[in-house]
Amino acid sequence: MTQSPTKSTSALSLADLPGPDTPIRRLHHPGRWLSGIAVILLLAVIGRAFAVGQIQWPVVGEFLTARVIITGFGWTLLISACALVLGVVLGFAFGIMRHSENPVLRFAAWLYVWIFRGTPVLLQLLIWFNIALVFPRLYIPGLVDERMVDVVTPFVAAVLGLGVNEGSYLTEVVRGGIGSVDHGQKEAAHTLGMTPGQTMRRIILPQTLQLILPVLGNSAIGMLKFSSLAATIAMGEMLNAAQRIYFINGAVIELLFVCAIWYLAGTTVLSIGQYYLERYFGRDTAATTSNRHWFKGWARRPAVEGEA
Amino acid sequence: MSLAVKAVGIRKSFGSYEVLKGLDLEVAYGEVLCILGPSGSGKSTFLRCINHLETPNSGYVWVDGAIMGYELNRDALQELPIKRLRAQQSQLGMVFQHFNLFAHRTVLGNVIEGPMVVRGLRRAEAEARAMDLLEQVGMAGKALSYPSQLSGGQKQRVAIARSLAMEPRVMLFDEPTSALDPELVGEVLEVMRNLARGGTTMIVVTHEIGFAREVADRVVVMIDGEIRETGAPGQVLSNPGDPRVRTFLSRVLA
Ligand SMILES: Nc1ncnc2c1ncn2[C@@H]1O[C@H](COP(=O)(O)OP(=O)(O)OP(=O)(O)O)[C@@H](O)[C@H]1O
Ligand SMILES: [Mg+2]
Repeated sequence: MTQSPTKSTSALSLADLPGPDTPIRRLHHPGRWLSGIAVILLLAVIGRAFAVGQIQWPVVGEFLTARVIITGFGWTLLISACALVLGVVLGFAFGIMRHSENPVLRFAAWLYVWIFRGTPVLLQLLIWFNIALVFPRLYIPGLVDERMVDVVTPFVAAVLGLGVNEGSYLTEVVRGGIGSVDHGQKEAAHTLGMTPGQTMRRIILPQTLQLILPVLGNSAIGMLKFSSLAATIAMGEMLNAAQRIYFINGAVIELLFVCAIWYLAGTTVLSIGQYYLERYFGRDTAATTSNRHWFKGWARRPAVEGEA
Repeated sequence: MSLAVKAVGIRKSFGSYEVLKGLDLEVAYGEVLCILGPSGSGKSTFLRCINHLETPNSGYVWVDGAIMGYELNRDALQELPIKRLRAQQSQLGMVFQHFNLFAHRTVLGNVIEGPMVVRGLRRAEAEARAMDLLEQVGMAGKALSYPSQLSGGQKQRVAIARSLAMEPRVMLFDEPTSALDPELVGEVLEVMRNLARGGTTMIVVTHEIGFAREVADRVVVMIDGEIRETGAPGQVLSNPGDPRVRTFLSRVLA
Protein backbone atom coordinates (compact mmCIF):
# COMPACT_ATOMS: atom_id res chain seq x y z
CA MET A 1 0.00 0.00 0.00
CA THR A 2 1.42 3.32 -1.00
CA GLN A 3 -0.17 6.29 0.60
CA SER A 4 0.70 9.88 -0.14
CA PRO A 5 0.53 12.30 2.77
CA THR A 6 -2.15 14.36 1.13
CA LYS A 7 -4.37 11.30 0.75
CA SER A 8 -4.04 10.28 4.41
CA THR A 9 -7.37 11.69 5.49
CA SER A 10 -9.33 10.49 2.50
CA ALA A 11 -11.83 7.69 3.01
CA LEU A 12 -10.81 4.09 2.74
CA SER A 13 -13.81 2.30 1.34
CA LEU A 14 -15.02 -0.86 3.03
CA ALA A 15 -14.34 -2.89 -0.08
CA ASP A 16 -10.65 -1.94 0.06
CA LEU A 17 -10.13 -3.00 3.71
CA PRO A 18 -7.24 -5.50 4.15
CA GLY A 19 -7.65 -8.88 5.87
CA PRO A 20 -7.13 -9.45 9.60
CA ASP A 21 -3.67 -10.99 9.05
CA THR A 22 -2.25 -7.98 7.18
CA PRO A 23 1.36 -7.58 8.38
CA ILE A 24 2.20 -4.54 10.52
CA ARG A 25 5.33 -2.52 9.71
CA ARG A 26 6.81 -0.65 12.68
CA LEU A 27 7.77 2.99 12.45
CA HIS A 28 11.55 3.49 12.33
CA HIS A 29 13.25 5.91 14.71
CA PRO A 30 16.46 7.02 12.94
CA GLY A 31 16.77 9.93 15.41
CA ARG A 32 17.15 7.52 18.34
CA TRP A 33 19.95 5.66 16.56
CA LEU A 34 21.76 8.88 15.75
CA SER A 35 21.56 10.34 19.25
CA GLY A 36 22.55 6.96 20.73
CA ILE A 37 25.61 6.72 18.53
CA ALA A 38 26.57 10.33 19.27
CA VAL A 39 26.45 9.71 23.01
CA ILE A 40 28.47 6.49 22.72
CA LEU A 41 31.12 8.32 20.70
CA LEU A 42 31.27 11.10 23.26
CA LEU A 43 31.68 8.57 26.10
CA ALA A 44 34.46 6.86 24.14
CA VAL A 45 36.29 10.17 23.68
CA ILE A 46 36.05 11.02 27.38
CA GLY A 47 37.16 7.51 28.35
CA ARG A 48 40.16 7.69 26.02
CA ALA A 49 41.12 11.11 27.35
CA PHE A 50 41.38 9.71 30.86
CA ALA A 51 43.14 6.56 29.70
CA VAL A 52 45.95 8.47 27.95
CA GLY A 53 45.92 11.48 30.33
CA GLN A 54 48.49 12.28 32.99
CA ILE A 55 47.23 9.63 35.35
CA GLN A 56 49.35 6.72 36.45
CA TRP A 57 46.68 4.02 36.53
CA PRO A 58 49.05 1.46 38.09
CA VAL A 59 49.35 3.79 41.11
CA VAL A 60 45.58 3.94 41.38
CA GLY A 61 45.46 0.16 41.34
CA GLU A 62 48.22 -0.10 43.90
CA PHE A 63 46.61 2.22 46.45
CA LEU A 64 43.07 0.96 45.85
CA THR A 65 43.69 -1.82 48.34
CA ALA A 66 46.35 -0.14 50.49
CA ARG A 67 45.86 -0.81 54.19
CA VAL A 68 45.65 2.91 55.09
CA ILE A 69 42.97 3.52 52.48
CA ILE A 70 40.94 0.49 53.54
CA THR A 71 41.19 1.52 57.20
CA GLY A 72 40.17 5.04 56.19
CA PHE A 73 37.19 3.67 54.29
CA GLY A 74 36.28 1.67 57.40
CA TRP A 75 36.20 4.93 59.39
CA THR A 76 34.18 6.58 56.62
CA LEU A 77 31.60 3.79 56.86
CA LEU A 78 31.54 3.91 60.66
CA ILE A 79 31.14 7.70 60.83
CA SER A 80 28.41 7.62 58.19
CA ALA A 81 26.51 4.81 59.89
CA CYS A 82 26.69 6.38 63.36
CA ALA A 83 25.78 9.84 62.07
CA LEU A 84 22.90 8.45 60.03
CA VAL A 85 21.50 6.56 63.03
CA LEU A 86 21.82 9.69 65.15
CA GLY A 87 20.19 11.77 62.41
CA VAL A 88 17.28 9.37 61.99
CA VAL A 89 16.67 9.17 65.75
CA LEU A 90 16.77 12.96 66.09
CA GLY A 91 14.68 13.38 62.93
CA PHE A 92 11.90 11.14 64.23
CA ALA A 93 12.03 12.57 67.76
CA PHE A 94 11.83 16.20 66.63
CA GLY A 95 9.53 15.39 63.69
CA ILE A 96 7.01 13.88 66.10
CA MET A 97 7.49 16.86 68.41
CA ARG A 98 6.56 19.17 65.54
CA HIS A 99 3.09 17.56 65.68
CA SER A 100 2.82 17.75 69.47
CA GLU A 101 -0.23 19.26 71.15
CA ASN A 102 2.21 21.07 73.42
CA PRO A 103 3.30 24.41 71.87
CA VAL A 104 6.55 24.43 73.87
CA LEU A 105 7.62 21.10 72.34
CA ARG A 106 6.62 22.32 68.88
CA PHE A 107 8.71 25.44 69.37
CA ALA A 108 11.74 23.48 70.61
CA ALA A 109 11.64 21.31 67.50
CA TRP A 110 11.30 24.36 65.29
CA LEU A 111 14.28 25.99 67.02
CA TYR A 112 16.42 22.89 66.46
CA VAL A 113 15.67 22.91 62.75
CA TRP A 114 16.19 26.66 62.50
CA ILE A 115 19.66 26.51 64.02
CA PHE A 116 21.09 23.34 62.54
CA ARG A 117 19.56 23.59 59.10
CA GLY A 118 20.39 27.26 58.95
CA THR A 119 24.18 26.98 59.34
CA PRO A 120 26.73 25.19 57.13
CA VAL A 121 27.55 21.65 58.18
CA LEU A 122 31.29 22.35 57.82
CA LEU A 123 30.94 25.18 60.33
CA GLN A 124 29.04 22.93 62.71
CA LEU A 125 31.78 20.29 62.44
CA LEU A 126 34.41 22.87 63.35
CA ILE A 127 32.34 24.11 66.31
CA TRP A 128 31.83 20.57 67.66
CA PHE A 129 35.53 19.91 67.20
CA ASN A 130 36.39 23.05 69.17
CA ILE A 131 33.58 22.78 71.70
CA ALA A 132 36.19 22.45 74.46
CA LEU A 133 36.89 26.16 74.03
CA VAL A 134 33.35 26.86 75.27
CA PHE A 135 32.99 24.05 77.81
CA PRO A 136 36.41 22.93 79.05
CA ARG A 137 34.90 20.21 81.23
CA LEU A 138 31.94 17.90 80.66
CA TYR A 139 30.37 17.58 84.08
CA ILE A 140 27.13 15.70 84.77
CA PRO A 141 26.79 15.18 88.55
CA GLY A 142 27.31 11.55 89.49
CA LEU A 143 27.86 10.44 85.88
CA VAL A 144 30.67 12.12 84.01
CA ASP A 145 33.46 14.50 84.95
CA GLU A 146 36.06 14.67 82.21
CA ARG A 147 38.01 17.12 80.12
CA MET A 148 35.98 17.97 77.01
CA VAL A 149 38.93 17.32 74.67
CA ASP A 150 38.99 13.72 75.92
CA VAL A 151 35.28 13.24 75.30
CA VAL A 152 34.87 15.01 71.96
CA THR A 153 37.48 13.23 69.88
CA PRO A 154 37.54 13.93 66.14
CA PHE A 155 35.34 10.84 65.67
CA VAL A 156 32.75 12.02 68.19
CA ALA A 157 32.82 15.53 66.72
CA ALA A 158 32.30 14.12 63.21
CA VAL A 159 29.35 11.94 64.28
CA LEU A 160 27.75 14.76 66.28
CA GLY A 161 28.30 17.36 63.57
CA LEU A 162 26.99 15.23 60.69
CA GLY A 163 24.25 13.49 62.71
CA VAL A 164 22.78 16.57 64.34
CA ASN A 165 22.80 18.41 61.02
CA GLU A 166 21.16 15.50 59.19
CA GLY A 167 18.59 15.26 61.99
CA SER A 168 17.46 18.80 61.27
CA TYR A 169 16.72 17.92 57.65
CA LEU A 170 15.06 14.65 58.58
CA THR A 171 12.89 16.44 61.16
CA GLU A 172 11.28 18.33 58.31
CA VAL A 173 10.99 15.17 56.25
CA VAL A 174 9.34 13.24 59.10
CA ARG A 175 7.05 16.16 59.89
CA GLY A 176 5.89 16.25 56.28
CA GLY A 177 5.57 12.47 56.17
CA ILE A 178 3.39 12.35 59.27
CA GLY A 179 1.28 15.18 57.93
CA SER A 180 0.64 13.41 54.66
CA VAL A 181 -0.71 10.21 56.20
CA ASP A 182 -4.47 10.40 55.65
CA HIS A 183 -6.29 11.86 58.65
CA GLY A 184 -8.84 9.05 58.45
CA GLN A 185 -6.16 6.53 59.50
CA LYS A 186 -5.85 8.28 62.84
CA GLU A 187 -9.61 8.51 63.31
CA ALA A 188 -10.04 4.82 62.55
CA ALA A 189 -7.38 3.98 65.15
CA HIS A 190 -9.12 6.19 67.71
CA THR A 191 -12.48 4.53 67.17
CA LEU A 192 -10.82 1.18 67.83
CA GLY A 193 -9.67 2.61 71.15
CA MET A 194 -5.96 2.97 70.37
CA THR A 195 -4.15 5.56 72.49
CA PRO A 196 -2.21 8.39 70.82
CA GLY A 197 1.06 6.52 71.42
CA GLN A 198 -0.27 3.28 69.93
CA THR A 199 -1.73 5.17 66.98
CA MET A 200 1.60 6.87 66.31
CA ARG A 201 3.71 3.73 66.65
CA ARG A 202 1.48 1.20 64.92
CA ILE A 203 -0.47 3.21 62.34
CA ILE A 204 1.10 6.57 61.54
CA LEU A 205 4.86 5.90 61.76
CA PRO A 206 4.92 2.73 59.63
CA GLN A 207 3.12 4.61 56.86
CA THR A 208 5.38 7.62 57.33
CA LEU A 209 8.42 5.40 57.05
CA GLN A 210 7.11 3.98 53.79
CA LEU A 211 6.59 7.50 52.44
CA ILE A 212 10.01 8.83 53.44
CA LEU A 213 12.12 5.77 52.65
CA PRO A 214 13.37 7.17 49.33
CA VAL A 215 14.51 10.28 51.20
CA LEU A 216 16.24 8.17 53.86
CA GLY A 217 18.06 6.35 51.07
CA ASN A 218 19.25 9.68 49.73
CA SER A 219 20.31 10.65 53.25
CA ALA A 220 22.41 7.52 53.61
CA ILE A 221 24.10 8.15 50.27
CA GLY A 222 24.61 11.82 51.06
CA MET A 223 26.00 10.97 54.49
CA LEU A 224 28.62 8.65 53.02
CA LYS A 225 29.87 11.54 50.92
CA PHE A 226 29.53 14.28 53.55
CA SER A 227 31.63 12.21 55.95
CA SER A 228 34.59 13.34 53.82
CA LEU A 229 34.18 16.75 55.47
CA ALA A 230 35.52 15.14 58.63
CA ALA A 231 38.92 15.17 56.92
CA THR A 232 39.08 18.86 57.89
CA ILE A 233 38.92 18.11 61.62
CA ALA A 234 41.84 15.67 61.63
CA MET A 235 39.61 12.61 61.52
CA GLY A 236 41.52 9.84 59.77
CA GLU A 237 38.79 8.76 57.41
CA MET A 238 39.47 7.86 53.79
CA LEU A 239 39.90 11.31 52.26
CA ASN A 240 42.15 12.37 55.14
CA ALA A 241 44.22 9.20 54.69
CA ALA A 242 44.52 9.85 50.96
CA GLN A 243 45.63 13.42 51.60
CA ARG A 244 48.31 12.27 54.03
CA ILE A 245 49.63 9.88 51.39
CA TYR A 246 49.72 12.33 48.51
CA PHE A 247 51.39 15.00 50.63
CA ILE A 248 54.27 12.50 50.73
CA ASN A 249 54.29 10.84 47.31
CA GLY A 250 52.71 13.62 45.24
CA ALA A 251 50.27 11.28 43.44
CA VAL A 252 47.39 13.67 44.06
CA ILE A 253 44.95 12.78 41.32
CA GLU A 254 45.65 9.05 41.62
CA LEU A 255 44.70 9.01 45.31
CA LEU A 256 41.65 11.18 44.74
CA PHE A 257 40.55 8.68 42.08
CA VAL A 258 41.07 5.86 44.57
CA CYS A 259 38.68 7.66 46.92
CA ALA A 260 36.18 8.24 44.11
CA ILE A 261 36.16 4.53 43.30
CA TRP A 262 35.50 3.57 46.93
CA TYR A 263 32.78 6.21 47.35
CA LEU A 264 31.08 4.98 44.17
CA ALA A 265 31.29 1.39 45.41
CA GLY A 266 29.72 2.43 48.71
CA THR A 267 26.92 4.47 47.19
CA THR A 268 26.17 1.68 44.69
CA VAL A 269 25.74 -0.84 47.49
CA LEU A 270 23.51 1.63 49.33
CA SER A 271 21.34 2.15 46.24
CA ILE A 272 20.80 -1.59 45.97
CA GLY A 273 19.97 -1.79 49.67
CA GLN A 274 17.52 1.07 49.25
CA TYR A 275 15.76 -0.78 46.45
CA TYR A 276 15.19 -3.85 48.61
CA LEU A 277 14.14 -1.82 51.66
CA GLU A 278 11.60 0.11 49.63
CA ARG A 279 10.26 -3.10 48.20
CA TYR A 280 9.93 -4.61 51.67
CA PHE A 281 8.12 -1.61 53.12
CA GLY A 282 6.03 -1.10 50.01
CA ARG A 283 4.34 -4.47 50.49
CA ASP A 284 0.82 -3.15 50.01
CA THR A 285 1.70 -2.04 46.51
CA ALA A 286 4.03 -4.99 45.92
CA ALA A 287 1.74 -6.47 43.30
CA THR A 288 2.36 -3.57 40.96
CA THR A 289 6.11 -3.06 41.46
CA SER A 290 7.68 -6.39 42.37
CA ASN A 291 8.69 -7.20 38.80
CA ARG A 292 11.00 -4.20 38.74
CA HIS A 293 14.62 -4.90 39.49
CA TRP A 294 17.22 -2.64 41.03
CA PHE A 295 19.58 -2.85 38.09
CA LYS A 296 16.88 -1.43 35.88
CA GLY A 297 16.93 1.56 38.18
CA TRP A 298 19.41 3.41 36.01
CA ALA A 299 16.86 3.51 33.23
CA ARG A 300 14.12 4.83 35.52
CA ARG A 301 13.40 8.51 35.52
CA PRO A 302 14.53 9.85 38.89
CA ALA A 303 11.67 10.45 41.32
CA VAL A 304 13.69 12.36 43.90
CA GLU A 305 17.13 13.57 42.97
CA GLY A 306 19.85 13.96 45.55
CA GLU A 307 21.85 17.11 46.28
CA ALA A 308 25.53 17.81 45.60
CA MET B 1 -36.28 -2.16 75.93
CA SER B 2 -33.17 -0.87 77.67
CA LEU B 3 -31.35 2.17 76.40
CA ALA B 4 -27.98 1.86 74.66
CA VAL B 5 -27.30 5.49 73.75
CA LYS B 6 -28.77 8.74 75.00
CA ALA B 7 -27.56 12.05 73.56
CA VAL B 8 -28.51 15.11 75.62
CA GLY B 9 -28.51 18.66 74.27
CA ILE B 10 -25.62 18.26 71.82
CA ARG B 11 -24.38 21.59 70.49
CA LYS B 12 -21.41 21.99 68.16
CA SER B 13 -20.01 25.03 66.40
CA PHE B 14 -17.15 25.42 63.96
CA GLY B 15 -15.97 28.97 64.53
CA SER B 16 -19.08 31.10 64.75
CA TYR B 17 -21.14 28.67 62.66
CA GLU B 18 -23.43 26.54 64.79
CA VAL B 19 -23.76 23.14 63.09
CA LEU B 20 -25.68 21.27 65.79
CA LYS B 21 -28.34 23.18 67.70
CA GLY B 22 -29.06 21.12 70.78
CA LEU B 23 -29.85 17.56 69.69
CA ASP B 24 -31.50 14.89 71.86
CA LEU B 25 -31.66 11.28 70.82
CA GLU B 26 -32.29 7.90 72.42
CA VAL B 27 -31.44 4.54 70.92
CA ALA B 28 -32.47 1.25 72.50
CA TYR B 29 -30.51 -2.01 72.39
CA GLY B 30 -31.26 -3.98 69.25
CA GLU B 31 -32.67 -0.94 67.51
CA VAL B 32 -31.69 0.19 64.01
CA LEU B 33 -31.92 3.96 63.65
CA CYS B 34 -31.43 5.72 60.34
CA ILE B 35 -30.53 9.41 60.18
CA LEU B 36 -31.60 11.17 56.98
CA GLY B 37 -31.24 14.77 55.95
CA PRO B 38 -29.92 17.09 53.28
CA SER B 39 -26.19 17.57 52.72
CA GLY B 40 -24.62 19.90 55.24
CA SER B 41 -27.38 19.41 57.82
CA GLY B 42 -24.85 18.08 60.36
CA LYS B 43 -25.48 14.31 60.23
CA SER B 44 -21.79 13.36 60.12
CA THR B 45 -20.94 15.91 62.79
CA PHE B 46 -23.65 14.48 65.05
CA LEU B 47 -22.40 10.92 64.56
CA ARG B 48 -18.82 12.04 65.24
CA CYS B 49 -20.00 13.80 68.41
CA ILE B 50 -21.63 10.58 69.59
CA ASN B 51 -18.27 8.77 69.64
CA HIS B 52 -16.26 11.89 70.52
CA LEU B 53 -14.25 12.13 67.30
CA GLU B 54 -15.57 15.69 67.67
CA THR B 55 -16.05 17.09 71.16
CA PRO B 56 -19.44 18.79 71.53
CA ASN B 57 -19.35 22.38 72.81
CA SER B 58 -22.10 21.47 75.24
CA GLY B 59 -24.31 18.52 76.02
CA TYR B 60 -23.11 14.96 76.44
CA VAL B 61 -23.61 11.40 75.25
CA TRP B 62 -24.42 8.58 77.61
CA VAL B 63 -23.46 5.10 76.41
CA ASP B 64 -24.35 2.02 78.42
CA GLY B 65 -23.93 3.46 81.90
CA ALA B 66 -21.17 6.01 81.31
CA ILE B 67 -20.86 9.50 79.86
CA MET B 68 -18.54 9.65 76.88
CA GLY B 69 -15.34 11.55 77.68
CA TYR B 70 -16.45 12.73 81.12
CA GLU B 71 -16.97 11.63 84.68
CA LEU B 72 -19.75 13.09 86.81
CA ASN B 73 -17.93 14.70 89.70
CA ARG B 74 -19.74 16.96 92.19
CA ASP B 75 -22.32 18.19 89.69
CA ALA B 76 -19.72 18.88 86.99
CA LEU B 77 -18.50 16.89 84.02
CA GLN B 78 -14.81 16.23 84.63
CA GLU B 79 -12.91 15.48 81.41
CA LEU B 80 -11.43 11.97 81.34
CA PRO B 81 -7.80 11.17 80.51
CA ILE B 82 -7.31 10.18 76.87
CA LYS B 83 -6.79 6.49 77.69
CA ARG B 84 -10.19 6.14 79.33
CA LEU B 85 -11.87 8.04 76.52
CA ARG B 86 -10.34 5.62 74.01
CA ALA B 87 -11.60 2.68 76.05
CA GLN B 88 -15.09 4.18 75.83
CA GLN B 89 -14.71 4.87 72.12
CA SER B 90 -13.92 1.22 71.49
CA GLN B 91 -17.45 0.43 72.72
CA LEU B 92 -18.77 2.17 69.62
CA GLY B 93 -17.87 0.72 66.24
CA MET B 94 -17.50 3.29 63.47
CA VAL B 95 -17.71 2.67 59.73
CA PHE B 96 -16.52 5.60 57.62
CA GLN B 97 -17.64 6.75 54.19
CA HIS B 98 -14.07 6.39 52.93
CA PHE B 99 -13.35 3.09 54.74
CA ASN B 100 -10.08 4.27 56.37
CA LEU B 101 -8.57 0.79 56.29
CA PHE B 102 -4.98 0.76 57.53
CA ALA B 103 -3.08 0.92 54.24
CA HIS B 104 0.03 -0.84 55.55
CA ARG B 105 -1.80 -3.87 56.95
CA THR B 106 -3.44 -6.81 55.22
CA VAL B 107 -7.17 -7.40 55.50
CA LEU B 108 -6.51 -9.82 58.36
CA GLY B 109 -4.01 -7.39 59.90
CA ASN B 110 -6.66 -4.67 59.89
CA VAL B 111 -9.18 -6.86 61.71
CA ILE B 112 -6.78 -8.17 64.40
CA GLU B 113 -5.15 -4.78 65.10
CA GLY B 114 -7.74 -3.54 67.63
CA PRO B 115 -8.26 -6.83 69.50
CA MET B 116 -4.50 -7.36 69.82
CA VAL B 117 -3.35 -3.84 70.64
CA VAL B 118 -6.31 -2.55 72.64
CA ARG B 119 -7.77 -5.72 74.13
CA GLY B 120 -4.48 -7.58 74.45
CA LEU B 121 -5.66 -10.74 72.68
CA ARG B 122 -3.09 -13.33 71.55
CA ARG B 123 -2.45 -13.34 67.80
CA ALA B 124 -3.78 -16.88 67.28
CA GLU B 125 -7.03 -16.13 69.05
CA ALA B 126 -7.44 -12.76 67.36
CA GLU B 127 -6.85 -14.34 63.94
CA ALA B 128 -9.33 -17.13 64.55
CA ARG B 129 -12.04 -14.66 65.49
CA ALA B 130 -11.09 -12.32 62.66
CA MET B 131 -11.50 -15.15 60.15
CA ASP B 132 -15.00 -15.84 61.51
CA LEU B 133 -15.91 -12.19 61.01
CA LEU B 134 -14.37 -12.06 57.53
CA GLU B 135 -16.39 -15.17 56.70
CA GLN B 136 -19.49 -13.35 57.89
CA VAL B 137 -18.87 -10.41 55.52
CA GLY B 138 -17.75 -12.69 52.69
CA MET B 139 -14.12 -11.55 52.70
CA ALA B 140 -12.33 -14.60 54.14
CA GLY B 141 -10.84 -15.36 50.72
CA LYS B 142 -9.03 -12.00 50.65
CA ALA B 143 -7.58 -12.19 54.17
CA LEU B 144 -4.00 -11.71 52.97
CA SER B 145 -4.68 -8.96 50.42
CA TYR B 146 -3.80 -5.35 51.07
CA PRO B 147 -6.52 -2.66 51.01
CA SER B 148 -5.13 -1.19 47.78
CA GLN B 149 -5.94 -4.48 46.07
CA LEU B 150 -9.66 -4.43 46.96
CA SER B 151 -12.75 -2.89 45.39
CA GLY B 152 -14.67 -0.24 47.32
CA GLY B 153 -17.40 -2.65 48.36
CA GLN B 154 -14.82 -5.16 49.56
CA LYS B 155 -12.99 -2.46 51.53
CA GLN B 156 -16.18 -1.42 53.24
CA ARG B 157 -17.04 -5.01 54.19
CA VAL B 158 -13.57 -5.39 55.71
CA ALA B 159 -14.04 -2.10 57.57
CA ILE B 160 -17.29 -3.45 59.02
CA ALA B 161 -15.51 -6.65 60.13
CA ARG B 162 -12.73 -4.55 61.70
CA SER B 163 -15.29 -2.61 63.75
CA LEU B 164 -17.17 -5.75 64.76
CA ALA B 165 -13.92 -7.32 66.00
CA MET B 166 -13.97 -4.93 68.97
CA GLU B 167 -17.41 -6.33 69.92
CA PRO B 168 -18.90 -2.85 70.19
CA ARG B 169 -22.22 -2.24 71.92
CA VAL B 170 -23.37 -0.01 69.08
CA MET B 171 -22.31 0.28 65.45
CA LEU B 172 -22.20 3.74 63.84
CA PHE B 173 -22.24 4.03 60.04
CA ASP B 174 -21.54 7.33 58.25
CA GLU B 175 -22.85 6.99 54.70
CA PRO B 176 -21.17 3.61 54.26
CA THR B 177 -22.26 3.27 50.64
CA SER B 178 -21.89 6.84 49.38
CA ALA B 179 -18.37 6.36 48.02
CA LEU B 180 -19.29 3.16 46.16
CA ASP B 181 -20.18 2.49 42.55
CA PRO B 182 -23.90 1.68 42.31
CA GLU B 183 -23.33 -2.02 41.61
CA LEU B 184 -21.25 -2.37 44.80
CA VAL B 185 -23.81 -0.79 47.13
CA GLY B 186 -25.89 -3.96 47.37
CA GLU B 187 -23.18 -6.19 48.85
CA VAL B 188 -22.51 -3.72 51.69
CA LEU B 189 -26.20 -3.17 52.44
CA GLU B 190 -26.66 -6.95 52.51
CA VAL B 191 -23.99 -7.26 55.23
CA MET B 192 -25.70 -4.48 57.20
CA ARG B 193 -29.10 -6.12 56.76
CA ASN B 194 -27.67 -9.33 58.24
CA LEU B 195 -26.25 -7.43 61.19
CA ALA B 196 -29.63 -5.83 61.83
CA ARG B 197 -31.33 -9.23 61.69
CA GLY B 198 -28.77 -10.53 64.20
CA GLY B 199 -29.88 -7.87 66.69
CA THR B 200 -26.93 -5.44 66.38
CA THR B 201 -27.73 -1.94 67.60
CA MET B 202 -27.03 0.43 64.71
CA ILE B 203 -27.10 4.16 64.00
CA VAL B 204 -26.86 4.66 60.25
CA VAL B 205 -26.45 7.96 58.43
CA THR B 206 -27.55 7.18 54.89
CA HIS B 207 -29.03 8.45 51.67
CA GLU B 208 -30.41 4.97 50.89
CA ILE B 209 -34.10 5.60 51.52
CA GLY B 210 -34.94 2.05 50.45
CA PHE B 211 -32.61 0.62 53.07
CA ALA B 212 -34.09 2.92 55.75
CA ARG B 213 -37.64 1.92 54.85
CA GLU B 214 -36.84 -1.78 54.89
CA VAL B 215 -34.39 -2.17 57.79
CA ALA B 216 -34.79 0.78 60.18
CA ASP B 217 -36.94 0.52 63.29
CA ARG B 218 -36.94 4.29 63.51
CA VAL B 219 -35.99 7.14 61.21
CA VAL B 220 -34.77 10.60 62.19
CA VAL B 221 -34.67 13.51 59.75
CA MET B 222 -32.14 16.29 60.44
CA ILE B 223 -32.35 19.70 58.83
CA ASP B 224 -30.00 22.61 59.65
CA GLY B 225 -28.62 21.01 62.78
CA GLU B 226 -31.98 20.11 64.28
CA ILE B 227 -34.02 16.92 64.42
CA ARG B 228 -37.23 17.86 62.62
CA GLU B 229 -38.96 14.51 62.46
CA THR B 230 -38.65 11.17 64.18
CA GLY B 231 -40.74 8.02 63.99
CA ALA B 232 -41.32 4.70 62.26
CA PRO B 233 -40.01 4.67 58.68
CA GLY B 234 -43.42 4.07 57.16
CA GLN B 235 -44.89 7.07 58.91
CA VAL B 236 -41.96 9.50 58.50
CA LEU B 237 -41.22 8.63 54.89
CA SER B 238 -44.76 8.63 53.57
CA ASN B 239 -46.48 11.16 55.77
CA PRO B 240 -44.10 13.65 57.38
CA GLY B 241 -45.63 16.45 59.44
CA ASP B 242 -42.89 19.03 59.06
CA PRO B 243 -43.13 20.95 55.77
CA ARG B 244 -39.33 21.22 55.31
CA VAL B 245 -39.00 17.46 55.83
CA ARG B 246 -41.73 17.01 53.22
CA THR B 247 -39.76 19.13 50.71
CA PHE B 248 -36.54 17.20 51.45
CA LEU B 249 -38.21 13.82 51.07
CA SER B 250 -40.07 14.77 47.93
CA ARG B 251 -36.68 15.67 46.42
CA VAL B 252 -34.89 12.44 47.36
CA LEU B 253 -37.84 10.18 46.66
CA ALA B 254 -38.50 11.76 43.28
N1 LIG C 1 -14.04 20.26 60.78
C1 LIG C 1 -14.90 21.19 60.32
N2 LIG C 1 -14.56 22.50 60.29
C2 LIG C 1 -15.41 23.45 59.85
N3 LIG C 1 -16.66 23.19 59.40
C3 LIG C 1 -17.07 21.92 59.40
C4 LIG C 1 -16.22 20.85 59.85
N4 LIG C 1 -16.89 19.68 59.73
C5 LIG C 1 -18.11 20.00 59.23
N5 LIG C 1 -18.23 21.33 59.03
C6 LIG C 1 -19.42 22.05 58.51
O1 LIG C 1 -20.52 21.60 59.26
C7 LIG C 1 -21.66 21.46 58.43
C8 LIG C 1 -22.26 20.09 58.62
O2 LIG C 1 -21.35 19.14 58.10
P1 LIG C 1 -21.64 17.58 58.13
O3 LIG C 1 -20.47 16.93 57.51
O4 LIG C 1 -22.01 17.17 59.49
O5 LIG C 1 -22.91 17.47 57.17
P2 LIG C 1 -23.64 16.16 56.66
O6 LIG C 1 -25.07 16.28 57.06
O7 LIG C 1 -22.92 14.96 57.10
O8 LIG C 1 -23.55 16.35 55.09
P3 LIG C 1 -23.30 15.22 53.96
O9 LIG C 1 -24.62 14.58 53.70
O10 LIG C 1 -22.86 16.04 52.78
O11 LIG C 1 -22.25 14.30 54.45
C9 LIG C 1 -21.20 21.75 57.02
O12 LIG C 1 -21.61 23.06 56.68
C10 LIG C 1 -19.70 21.66 57.09
O13 LIG C 1 -19.12 22.56 56.19
MG1 LIG D 1 -21.67 13.50 56.10
